[in-house]
Amino acid sequence: MSVDRLALADEFAGAGAAGDGAVASADVAEYALRLGDDALVLAQQLGMWIARAPELEEDVALGNIALDLIGHARSLLHYAGTATGRSEDDLAYWRDEPEWRNAWIFEQPNGDFAHTIARQLFIATYLFELYGELSASTDPTLAAIAAKSVKEVDYHRDHATQWVLRLAGGTDESRRRMIAAVADTWPYVDELFHDDELVERLASEGVAVLPSRLREPFDEVIDAVLAEAELELPTGRTAFIASGGGRRGSHTEHLGPLLAEMQVLARQHPGASW
Amino acid sequence: MTSPADLSVAGAARGEQSGDEAAQALFDDLIAKDSRIEPRDWMPEAYRKTLIRQISQHAHSEIIGMQPESNWITRAPSLKRKAILMAKVQDEAGHGLYLYSAAQTLGITREEMMLQLIEGRARYSSIFNYTTPTWADMGAIGWLVDGAAICNQVPLCRASYGPYGRAMVRICKEESFHQRQGFEILLELMQGTEAQREMAQGAVDRWYWPSLMMFGPPDDQSPNSAQSMAWNIKRFSNDDLRQRFVGMLVPQAEVLGVTLPDPNLRFNDATGQYDMSEIDWTEFNEVLAGRGPANAERLRRRREAHEDGAWVREAAAEYARKQALKSAA
Ligand SMILES: [Fe+2]
Ligand SMILES: [Fe+2]
Repeated sequence: MSVDRLALADEFAGAGAAGDGAVASADVAEYALRLGDDALVLAQQLGMWIARAPELEEDVALGNIALDLIGHARSLLHYAGTATGRSEDDLAYWRDEPEWRNAWIFEQPNGDFAHTIARQLFIATYLFELYGELSASTDPTLAAIAAKSVKEVDYHRDHATQWVLRLAGGTDESRRRMIAAVADTWPYVDELFHDDELVERLASEGVAVLPSRLREPFDEVIDAVLAEAELELPTGRTAFIASGGGRRGSHTEHLGPLLAEMQVLARQHPGASW
Repeated sequence: MTSPADLSVAGAARGEQSGDEAAQALFDDLIAKDSRIEPRDWMPEAYRKTLIRQISQHAHSEIIGMQPESNWITRAPSLKRKAILMAKVQDEAGHGLYLYSAAQTLGITREEMMLQLIEGRARYSSIFNYTTPTWADMGAIGWLVDGAAICNQVPLCRASYGPYGRAMVRICKEESFHQRQGFEILLELMQGTEAQREMAQGAVDRWYWPSLMMFGPPDDQSPNSAQSMAWNIKRFSNDDLRQRFVGMLVPQAEVLGVTLPDPNLRFNDATGQYDMSEIDWTEFNEVLAGRGPANAERLRRRREAHEDGAWVREAAAEYARKQALKSAA
């Protein structure tokens, strides 16, 4: 994506897609905040690869993915903010760590390229299933955001899959790194499929997708990719990590520094516009 | 894209012909008619070398130029600015890719060019050896550095070497958006708080002179220019382009409300040109010689990315080799 197309997409991402006057209820806002925080925290991490990627094509590809995610985050945070009269930037720059609602996998650090790719594979596969279902949400704003996003995360999933195959089937070193990355990232997968009262309430109204319903299609895709890559599915399932801490504002040690860096300039100039 | 193997064959064919006066005459004729030279056409060795040097330096500049701006991606003060900055830096990676591809048609590999860069054997635009201490530098880089790049590059869209000219057409389209977003960043700051206005003026003060230096030494001290102009690679002299650039900046600075840091800058009705203070070429030469604020840092960072990514590139190559074997079997 180039700057000109982005400028055009701007109105869409800012006030347009999530706009048209729709105001989220408290429950819907909380749900949109979860999805928006997921997208923004991951975009922030992928943005760190730009000018550091293993090859120029990856500077471009990871940059594209990060841009897509920022677009999703802006739409979702804008919508979440309508419940309390806050802007996307109020939510992104002026909330402290315990107010963030992203799941832990999104805040796990980039690590080496294999770790970034493992995180991408699990997240993009989850998001693809989620947005696919959410396109049919009874909430028209969420449905519109999901319908636009699902096409993009389909590409993200393909990008990650291709790299898992290359790294697992490349050299001894790349295979060793890919195995380690899958094992390190796997414990964070369960949290994505954790149901709680909020999603149960919203799912019963057809607004939200029950996360546990996405597990089976997720497993099918992941099993197929790992089988093709001749990688074993890790077995460790960590109940503690899976308990959904991120959705309640409890986070790993990685989120604080990430937010501190992201928010530092905005917080030096309260009330300023940019 | 032409593969390296094709090129070595083409190169050998050209070698046999190189003494051929007819080939030289044909080349001279194409240049005289202002036509395009294409990769398979015969060309003088010096023309080829000049182009490889210029295009690869240009590609390196795009790549190194990502660093001073990527420095602010994680800290951009709004989500909209973060997205635009990311897209801009990513565009620059794309420019590097187009240009490396254009240089490859002249018989050099990307790996070789990359090694020349990280081993310090190749040059890139010195402007990227300056640092970006504040957010306003994102505005000043877009407005001044991308602005100067546009003045330098628009004439290159007509460069005699086809792949270079065509790469420049794509690049120039994007550069004008880069300049506009830089201008918008500064405009927003100048309409903001006192602290924001100071930040904007400070960045303009830092980047104004280095951006003028981007056009290179004065015409009477620019040894390669005459030949490049004769070959239709270069179309306007360094000083002409610098004048054009300043002519573009002056009214824009007024709209922004920033002061260009040159007390002697004024339009001279008699010459039809801008009078300006003498450029500090000692500084230019210091930065060029590797003693700028961030020369070592820029190269170190590029080298690290290249070396840290080696295992990934090797894995991709090995995977491709195994896949090719599989499909052949
Ligand atoms: Fe560029
Ligand atoms: Fe640019």
